[in-house]
Amino acid sequence: MAEARPAFQYAAIAQQREAATLGMWAFLATEILFFGALIAAYSAYRVSDPAGFAEAARHTRIALGAANTFILLTSSAFMAMAVELGSAARARSAALCLAATAALGLAFLGVKGWEYVLEYREGLVPALDFDLARYGPTAELFFLFYFFATLLHALHLAIGIGLTGTLAARFARGRGPREPVLRLVGLYWHFVDVVWIFLFPLIYLVGRSG
Amino acid sequence: MSHEGAPLNYLTAGTTLHSWLLTTDHKRIALLYFASITFFFLVGGAAATLIRLELVTPAGDLVSADGYNRLFTMHGVIMVWFFLVPSIPVTLGNFIIPLMLGARDLAFPRLNLMSWYCYVAGGLITLFALLLGGLDTGWTFYEPYSSAFSNSYVVLAVLGIFVSGFSSVMTGLNFIVTIHKLRAPGLTWYRLPVFVWSTYATSLILILATPVLAMTLLMLVAERLLHVGIFDPALGGDPLLFQHLFWFYSHPAVYIMILPSMGVISELVPCFARKPLFGYRFVVWCSIAIAAIGFLVWGHHMFVAGQSVYASLTFSFLSYLVAVPSAIKVFNWTATLHKGWIHFDAPMLYAFGFIGLFTIGGLTGLFLAALAIDVHVTDTYFVLAHFHYIMVGGAVMGYFGGLHYWWPKITGRLYPEYWARFTAIITFFGFNLTFFPQFILGYLGMPRRYQSYPPEFQIWHVLSSAGASILAVGYALPLFYLAWSLVRGRRAPADPWRATGLEWLARSPPPPHNFEETPIVTRGPYCYEDGEPRPQADHG
Repeated sequence: MAEARPAFQYAAIAQQREAATLGMWAFLATEILFFGALIAAYSAYRVSDPAGFAEAARHTRIALGAANTFILLTSSAFMAMAVELGSAARARSAALCLAATAALGLAFLGVKGWEYVLEYREGLVPALDFDLARYGPTAELFFLFYFFATLLHALHLAIGIGLTGTLAARFARGRGPREPVLRLVGLYWHFVDVVWIFLFPLIYLVGRSG
Repeated sequence: MSHEGAPLNYLTAGTTLHSWLLTTDHKRIALLYFASITFFFLVGGAAATLIRLELVTPAGDLVSADGYNRLFTMHGVIMVWFFLVPSIPVTLGNFIIPLMLGARDLAFPRLNLMSWYCYVAGGLITLFALLLGGLDTGWTFYEPYSSAFSNSYVVLAVLGIFVSGFSSVMTGLNFIVTIHKLRAPGLTWYRLPVFVWSTYATSLILILATPVLAMTLLMLVAERLLHVGIFDPALGGDPLLFQHLFWFYSHPAVYIMILPSMGVISELVPCFARKPLFGYRFVVWCSIAIAAIGFLVWGHHMFVAGQSVYASLTFSFLSYLVAVPSAIKVFNWTATLHKGWIHFDAPMLYAFGFIGLFTIGGLTGLFLAALAIDVHVTDTYFVLAHFHYIMVGGAVMGYFGGLHYWWPKITGRLYPEYWARFTAIITFFGFNLTFFPQFILGYLGMPRRYQSYPPEFQIWHVLSSAGASILAVGYALPLFYLAWSLVRGRRAPADPWRATGLEWLARSPPPPHNFEETPIVTRGPYCYEDGEPRPQADHG
């Protein structure tokens, strides 16, 4: 990676790296507004019927949600280590950390999928089998947002797992990608993590004890 | 630059279909976009033609009532998302911005190509929906009509808009990074041409507003397909929420359309008045201010929708506020003319048209920002006239002005000047005849989106349709004389207007990577001393 030449439109490697990094931040700004619109809509309904939403939220499985939060935060720690190891040119360790990151990501999806199955069995999936007589319309709205937000998050996570797994394979073969690719994938991974950090309390925690 | 024979340029660098469809040259991608948006402009224009034909008589006789709904929806959807939003940034911006920066390309050339494919894919999906039978919701897709009642191809059309949104985001992101990171040595922020600044402001809106529309449309689709309530009050949803989210994008979208056009005008006026732009820094920061305040005025679309009166008051105040930077720009262009050596070439005629029409559109915008007056004219032809003055009188005039101005650079050929001047003038008159009567119609109480109307309105509709036929000629003529110039036009020198920007240092048409050597910028834009240009860099 030492003396690579920049792409034709750049004068120097450093300029190219800065451009890629700024591009990723701009992309994440877009993503924030994308999830932001969903969270704003959810919050608007939540504010207009706090009791109904708190009641509906009690049907979520807080143990599984908390476990997933733990899994995802741990994955982010591995990603942070991978980024440092990658830039220190310790390819094997970086590959291991990336593999751990991807594996934890898969574990998150596994737990989430199991949660979906349990919710389906209880008739909590809007448009599929929602038991309106038992839970009422507010809960249906709540679970619509729940599935919308968590599925969208899972989709982002799946993309992250694909990227991370690819990078792990490349590092395992001893040749990591050029800077700042690993750093940018790391940024993306942390972003997906941060989205969950907002979703977890908003969906599982708010009003639960009341 | 005395090469033997014709030097290689970006057009002759490869002639296969492959070399066009897989190009990463920003100039070729700009041309791909030119062809595509021109196609959609003609489709949207055809719908407008049918609308104006229908409205010549008070009775609904040319098309059915349902057909009329589908026509104005098609006109709006195509013109907003597949012509106006992309128009100047993806064509003129794509071509000129790297040249203005002294760069060899955009920061991410492949992303640029991908944005064109997203645009085309989105456009084709939406077009397919229109061919299947179209949709009747209006371009605003108001809930709950669009999810619960409309019996038309809402989901498919919305999907097309969603896909084209990726194109918007990729374009905006690419411009932001390029402008930050690929400026030539010596090209500081305050030496950037205003066109670059206003494209930058536009790009900020593109990446921050588009995702909100994307999410809103996804929720609409979810509601329509799954029959669960998000916005439909019958299912427990809130239709006002849809309007909030929709206008959070769609009001800033107006600035996506007008800011690049303002940038073009800021290039044209100094060049053809042979004077530096008056108050450069004010113009620059007004672009940023418009982009920023533009995010905070969306509620003025909802004054009669039932939002709280305090919200309405706030949005009314902020809407007045956004008029301030817009007005500063008009004053600055006018002050630039003062004691200038004004040349009345076609681009300048378009610029004059822009300033006049934008002023009328802006002032009538103040009427609409006033709560009491807005109640009277909401959803009338007054609103239609107002935003057509901004989006057509403003944005499209700027687009044509810029197209003529940079045509020699893009094609290496000069267009026929007198045809172009004639076209600029009849476009201006045709436009006013089309849309000024609509202010009167609206003030008299004619609501928008009606196919038939009381006979006392007919005179104004006939005038408007007559104007539209002149306007159509004004839009059709460039197709012919610009195409003619490609074959028969005189060869353009590098700087036919004796302008100062870096883009004029490159050959016409430019070589594949724009500059033989990277220019070193020594001064700001618009250096005209006694009308004599001093280019931003001394070689190229």
